[in-house]
Amino acid sequence: MSTQAVRQPLYVVPKRSLYVRTRDFLEQERVLGYLLIIPAVVLLAVLVAYPFLWGVYLSLQDKVVGRPGSYAGLQNFGALLGEGIFLQTLKNSLIYTVTAVGAKVVLGTWLALIIHRGIRRGRHFVRGAILLPFIVPTALSTLAWWWMFESLYSVINWTIIHLGLATEGPNWLGDPFYAKISVIIVNLWRGLPFFAITILAGLVSIPLELYDAAKVDGAGPINTFRHVTLPLLKPVLAIVILFSTIFTLADFNIVFLLTRGGPVNSTHVFATLANQIGLVAGKIGQGAAITLFLFPILVVVVVLQLYFIRKEEY
Amino acid sequence: MKDSTYYKTQRFAGRFVAIYIPCVIFLVFALFPFYWMLITSMKADTEIYNLDTTPYFWGKAGPVLSHYVQLFAHSEFPLWMVNSLTVAAVTTAISLTIGVMAGYSLSRLRFFGAKAFGMGIFITYLVPPTLLFIPLSQVINRIGVTDSLWALFLSYPTFLAPFCTWLLMGYFKTIPKELEECAMIDGCTRVQALLRIVLPLAIPGIVCAGLFSFTLSWGEFLYALTFILDTEQKTLPVGVTSDLIRGDVYYWGGLMAAALLGSVPIALLYSFFLDYFVSGLTAGAIK
Repeated sequence: MSTQAVRQPLYVVPKRSLYVRTRDFLEQERVLGYLLIIPAVVLLAVLVAYPFLWGVYLSLQDKVVGRPGSYAGLQNFGALLGEGIFLQTLKNSLIYTVTAVGAKVVLGTWLALIIHRGIRRGRHFVRGAILLPFIVPTALSTLAWWWMFESLYSVINWTIIHLGLATEGPNWLGDPFYAKISVIIVNLWRGLPFFAITILAGLVSIPLELYDAAKVDGAGPINTFRHVTLPLLKPVLAIVILFSTIFTLADFNIVFLLTRGGPVNSTHVFATLANQIGLVAGKIGQGAAITLFLFPILVVVVVLQLYFIRKEEY
Repeated sequence: MKDSTYYKTQRFAGRFVAIYIPCVIFLVFALFPFYWMLITSMKADTEIYNLDTTPYFWGKAGPVLSHYVQLFAHSEFPLWMVNSLTVAAVTTAISLTIGVMAGYSLSRLRFFGAKAFGMGIFITYLVPPTLLFIPLSQVINRIGVTDSLWALFLSYPTFLAPFCTWLLMGYFKTIPKELEECAMIDGCTRVQALLRIVLPLAIPGIVCAGLFSFTLSWGEFLYALTFILDTEQKTLPVGVTSDLIRGDVYYWGGLMAAALLGSVPIALLYSFFLDYFVSGLTAGAIK
């Protein structure tokens, strides 16, 4: 038997196992990137994008629950714009959003300034207490407000009467004017913490040197606020206002529980009307059309938000 | 000397008017509804509906627990509470998982379309449930999960996951990339580096996103109201507001007891994690 010279390689590259090869393939940035984002994309495609498109489709149908609908073009939108109740809802939504957001901005800034300038001891407590309305379920706290506005046993009216401010309190939920005030108060109550705490964070981030400089230049508190605080607060304010506008406009809970849109539709907003027409009365197509009126506003808000965020980033 | 005390008093008076009085008014405004829930829930019915006595306190009978007993013994309240806890826990877990994955991917990995996906997720974060609830109710129906908690397991992540993703994206960006790279040089795979290096460092962000998801889920109303009609499957806010109100007679004592009990878990949760909450709240708005 002759010995055959076997040429041994100096260094053996081990054959990579299938496991390692698969792993290395999956670990590439562009592969892993897609893999990790798939769940989010599937979720949002199936349960956000698809329902949205389905909503657009529904709004173009004269569909009523239990009956197949047929294509109706823009009939739903046209019908809505010709109806008193919808025009009333448009008006209510506008009043509700503008007043509530306006009040939240002004009072939120005020509250943030108070906490920022004045509260040192007990700041943690104040901040926590102020935030409470924002975190508890709105439906449940609205129940408490309902009870406080109750026509006969209202504690607010009891107080008004016993302080001698009036002989009888307003009929909070039964009078169209006061019903509007009521839903706005509750919205303000719930949304104020978000404004105050966010604006407070904005205030904290303003460098103290700027205030010192203003003081040296002889600026009083009002001028300091106008020329130092406000300009530096603008980006935060813009984002908070945009954010709140869309969610106030789309609000459902407060109006639904407090007034159900009444009295005589004086407090209906998009969400409650859509619920009543689309789901309670079963005119799905028209209900979908009502919610779609929110869409243009949403687009505007999104575009502006992206603009402000970009500006912050660069 | 005299002057300095004079100015001190004046300054204190100024602070009193400018700071303390408005602050107390704001606090009363924020907290009174909760106080009112507590007081009403512990009054006997005869006291609740008695206009002659001062309503702010308990009457002679003292605090009464009958409304709470009634709630637990003779209503579906305990069941709703369990449902709400289940829904909040499950949807938070789902959303956090999705959020960590997507947030890491979008903030750390370079691949084609990452920017567009990021923007898509930001947009869905701004979509209010009101825009979708009518068509979504039909989609849920077609999937066949109407009237079960599964309707909520599926629908809540649609607004929770974008939020978690957005918040965690910001958080991941603050963790230095070098840490991961070191781990990978030492032989970790990228996924191991994510699990062992990045995630432990991101715990504050994850806790924050989790708390927010839990809170939003616990308080959600519109989807729960629309997708679930079966009393036994209802969540707490819907159960309390629809099934505890019977006819024209409102049982305010019981309702306030339920409202308070539904608010307590969240208030407790956040009293422990206030700073996480605040940082998340402001990050969500400022970032």
